[in-house]
Amino acid sequence: MGDLKLPAIDYGALAPMLILFGVACAGVLAEVLVPRRSRNAVQLALAFLGIAAAFIAVIVFVQNGSRGVTIGGAVAVDGPTLFLQGALLVLGAVSLMLIGERSLERGGTFVSQAAITVGSQKDVKQAGDQPGLTEVYPLTMFALGGMLLFVSANDLLTMFVALEVFSLPLYLLCALARRRRLLSQEAALKYFLLGSYASAFFLFGVALIYGFSGGISLAQVHEAVVNPQNSQVLLYAGLALLAIGLLFKAALAPFHVWTPDVYQGAPTPITALMAACTKVAAFGALLRILYVAFDGVRWDFQPVLGTVAVLTMLVGAVLAVTQTDMKRLLAYSSIANAGYLLVGVLALNPEGLSSTMFYLVAYGFSVLAAFGIVTLVRDADGEATHLSRWAGLGRKSPLFAATFTFILLAFAGIPLTSGFTSKFAVFGAAVEGGQTWLVIFGVITSMLIAFPYLRVVVMLWLSEPGESTPTVSIPGFMTSAALAIGVLATLALGVVPAPLIDLTRDAAQFVR
Amino acid sequence: MEQTVEYAHATGVLSGIWLLVAIPLVSAAILLLLGKRADAWGHWLGVLSVAASFVLGLIFFISLAGLEEGERTAQQSLWDFITVGNLHVDFGLLFDPLSGVFVLLITGVGSLIHIYAVGYMEHDPGRRKFFGYFNLFVAAMLLLVLGNNYVMLYFGWEGVGLASYLLISFWYTRPSAATAGKKAFLMNRVGDAGLAIGIFMLFAYLGTTQYDAVFSSVGGLSSTVVLVLGILLLLGAAGKSGQFPLQAWLPDAMEGPTPVSALIHAATMVTAGVYLIARSNPIFSANHTLQVIVVSVGALTLLMGCIIGAAKDDIKRVLAWSTVSQIGYMFVGVGLGGGAYALAIIHLLAHGFFKANMFLGAGSVMHGMHDQVDIRRFGGLRKYMKWTWLTFATGWLAIIGIPPLSGYFSKEPIIAAAFERGDWTSWLFGMAALLGAGLTAFYMTRLFVLTFHGPERYTEDNKHPHESPYIMTVPLMILALGSIVAGGLMVLTDVPHWLEPVLGPEVEHEAVLSHTLITVLSLVVTVLGAGLAWAMFRNGTALEPQPAGVVVTAARRNLYTDAFNEAVFERPGIYLTRALVYLDSKGIDGLVNGIAAGVGGSSGRLRRLQTGFVRSYALSMLTGAVLVVGAFLAIQLGWLA
Repeated sequence: MGDLKLPAIDYGALAPMLILFGVACAGVLAEVLVPRRSRNAVQLALAFLGIAAAFIAVIVFVQNGSRGVTIGGAVAVDGPTLFLQGALLVLGAVSLMLIGERSLERGGTFVSQAAITVGSQKDVKQAGDQPGLTEVYPLTMFALGGMLLFVSANDLLTMFVALEVFSLPLYLLCALARRRRLLSQEAALKYFLLGSYASAFFLFGVALIYGFSGGISLAQVHEAVVNPQNSQVLLYAGLALLAIGLLFKAALAPFHVWTPDVYQGAPTPITALMAACTKVAAFGALLRILYVAFDGVRWDFQPVLGTVAVLTMLVGAVLAVTQTDMKRLLAYSSIANAGYLLVGVLALNPEGLSSTMFYLVAYGFSVLAAFGIVTLVRDADGEATHLSRWAGLGRKSPLFAATFTFILLAFAGIPLTSGFTSKFAVFGAAVEGGQTWLVIFGVITSMLIAFPYLRVVVMLWLSEPGESTPTVSIPGFMTSAALAIGVLATLALGVVPAPLIDLTRDAAQFVR
Repeated sequence: MEQTVEYAHATGVLSGIWLLVAIPLVSAAILLLLGKRADAWGHWLGVLSVAASFVLGLIFFISLAGLEEGERTAQQSLWDFITVGNLHVDFGLLFDPLSGVFVLLITGVGSLIHIYAVGYMEHDPGRRKFFGYFNLFVAAMLLLVLGNNYVMLYFGWEGVGLASYLLISFWYTRPSAATAGKKAFLMNRVGDAGLAIGIFMLFAYLGTTQYDAVFSSVGGLSSTVVLVLGILLLLGAAGKSGQFPLQAWLPDAMEGPTPVSALIHAATMVTAGVYLIARSNPIFSANHTLQVIVVSVGALTLLMGCIIGAAKDDIKRVLAWSTVSQIGYMFVGVGLGGGAYALAIIHLLAHGFFKANMFLGAGSVMHGMHDQVDIRRFGGLRKYMKWTWLTFATGWLAIIGIPPLSGYFSKEPIIAAAFERGDWTSWLFGMAALLGAGLTAFYMTRLFVLTFHGPERYTEDNKHPHESPYIMTVPLMILALGSIVAGGLMVLTDVPHWLEPVLGPEVEHEAVLSHTLITVLSLVVTVLGAGLAWAMFRNGTALEPQPAGVVVTAARRNLYTDAFNEAVFERPGIYLTRALVYLDSKGIDGLVNGIAAGVGGSSGRLRRLQTGFVRSYALSMLTGAVLVVGAFLAIQLGWLA
């Protein structure tokens, strides 16, 4: 045995993650120590404070200007890391506003005791008014912390650990819906099984890449890719398997199959968290792997992943047309958007990197607002997500219908919304990167997918409200704030996107 | 062909051009956001905002005319919009002679139609919302013509498409209106996709979308690139303007309220395609093949429109097909290039007046006849609706090109120009345009006579037709005046010369027939067509469809273009959807019932809840994984790359 050398650790760089994990642990303690009555308020405050502190840590690190790898090359702190961590924290805070909402229904969106058998006596009792689980807050903090690590992981094993750290809490969170608990549990189980399956692919890919390059850090992999010493079969098979693991998290076809079921079954605030933050994390890692480690074989993976992008856009756009449930429609829309994001990634130039990051933020805000509105449209059985139920809502609640219309127009890519600028940016980057064929498919499918969105718009405004039209609940302060942030960001990024685009351009530089 | 295009910076009065777009936009926002609180006065706000834009437009137009010739441009960059790589897009506006005349047309005719709509929509509970959408449309249309780059044009393009979709579906209670809205939307998307890809192509090859920079450097592009680019832009133009092969949505769009048909689907939005081509004239003039394609599309569409229009019995659909056909003339004009660009714009402006006039006239007839649209059920309305009859008559005489009404001055020169191409195609396109003139005279006379003359053939509940109120007839009178004098006035004031800085100078071609002879010929076919129709329909017509020959049957069925669209686009779309649904949900219970869904289908679908099995999902992921790994290995072994 002998000299075990401790690597240098830059605690400033790790501070955002350490803060989140610390807060999550404190949250677990609070479950035990804080009396039930005040637990929700304490947990919520703790979570917000944690996110705020982590955000400040990111800002401080941005200001001090040092970039590089730390903790033995396991974590890279560079422009994309800091930008995406900041984005994750902001989007996470907005998600937390939806998660923390307790005024829409008695006890909140979450079940109060998840272990009780569905339909039993106890279950009926708890469905009444028992307050929801407060473990959701520490779980959310763990998930966010894992995502922060995921986008900064600079070696494959750290990346895998981060993947599991943020996935496991999400599996749990999916199962915690207060209403339609079977659907929720089924979604969680599906997500867990398929997620583990995908993780296995990822891990197998790590093994093969290790065999190929003799190392797991992205810099070593990059070296080996440029000067291959071993069989290229290991490289390509390993890259393919790694990619599959990430494509699954990013909901790209044909690894998207879980998305509609999970989005539909999960409690809506959790769906919002997944749609906004998981997407950022998954694409952050994909960008890093492709741009940092496998840049040398870009000509080889571009066509394969390009095909994946085309397939994803087609599946998302065409199947969105046939959906009759709002959450499933948004799920397919999220799949299609993953396709557009991949187009930006495959530009493989600095513009591709910056426009993809811009897209992630713009889409995150819009999708949070969209799911936020879904939580408001309710009847006696909870959320009324079937499309036909939304007909005529414009008559009953013009303000919310107008808000939702605006978000849908953004998804449809109508100019003066962030949906247009972000698509324009990724397509522009792809044209510059010589991927015109992807842009052609992108334009065509984005024309196609506008149709289901506008159909909803017409239904909202130009239909008579029926007998069964649900009501739009008056949102509490937090949901209102989340909606306002989402809508304002969608508008601002659509009209004056230049400041954020400049920010992403300044950040578009990876370190190895 | 190297040329440099430079636009001057907007100064003085002209620095306020952004107000043109902002005023109707703010008004639309107020109307749509205030909700019921604005019901009482909302429509007047709508009228006022468009009228204000018109007055401002007039002021800007006059100050533009006051500038030195050759310096009549005013460009304004409001803010940096977006920068991607080397592409920099400004949120910028351009007021020049071409956008100037469009602004006047949009806001001028727009104001009249807004006033008319106050009366027309009086009993409609959704009137405020209607004016909100209407204002939104005007703002988007103004942005379309005022943008100083293709991205701004695309903004307006999407905006008018959206407003049009909402307004067609306005009477959502009619299933046909909903279907028509969908059709318009889908067909427009095909065109929009062409335009969007064209814009990205500009970016890929020229690195800019600013008009001045694009037009200055288009000479450096290879002719193939110009051809592809032009075809993409043409696809966009054809979608918006209802030209072959994307014409089918426009007649169906008549399901919307009549003022919508008049403003959007006759006078302004549908001419956006003509604007796009005229604006992009350096691109289109740079490739001869491209010009031939544009002329062919125009000539084919103008004949199709005439033939189908002659077989329709719905007053608004006849007018719609006539719009398709008249825009065909404009496409012939912009396709011919050179001096004919200006002729097309003149015809566009003149058409804006007389077509809006006739649409509003048709609305007035429907207003007095309980929304009856079947011309076989009209007849003798001259007695009951003096003003409508008189104003409609000016529109009718104008469109068929009787001198000295405006259609004569605007259409006849296009026919003459078609004969002036200087090769054998002169005969082809010239004769098409000439034949079109005769057919136009025929179907428009049929429409006019069956509606206003001959025996009364009203249905039982329609015994007492009445004239519309003044708020509707006064706009009609003004538009009628425009239908009479607009053409002559534009020739007198030498509009072609005014447009020359934008559209380029006139190019002399050898004519295969002398101009005088063409004028005489076109007048002869016009009188023949009109006379024939008058003789045939003077005594009314059968109330039921009569068995007819091959041509008439084909015309009644829109020359089978709908059947063609269905076979070529709709079915593959449905199959694609089914295939994807199948692949996506393999193993799902009840799948067989679930595949009935198609693109555009809307109801009665199987509600698929969560019935997917994890195992089948896992199988599909495994298949995907095998494919992805296989593809990578195939590349490695050199099979694919």
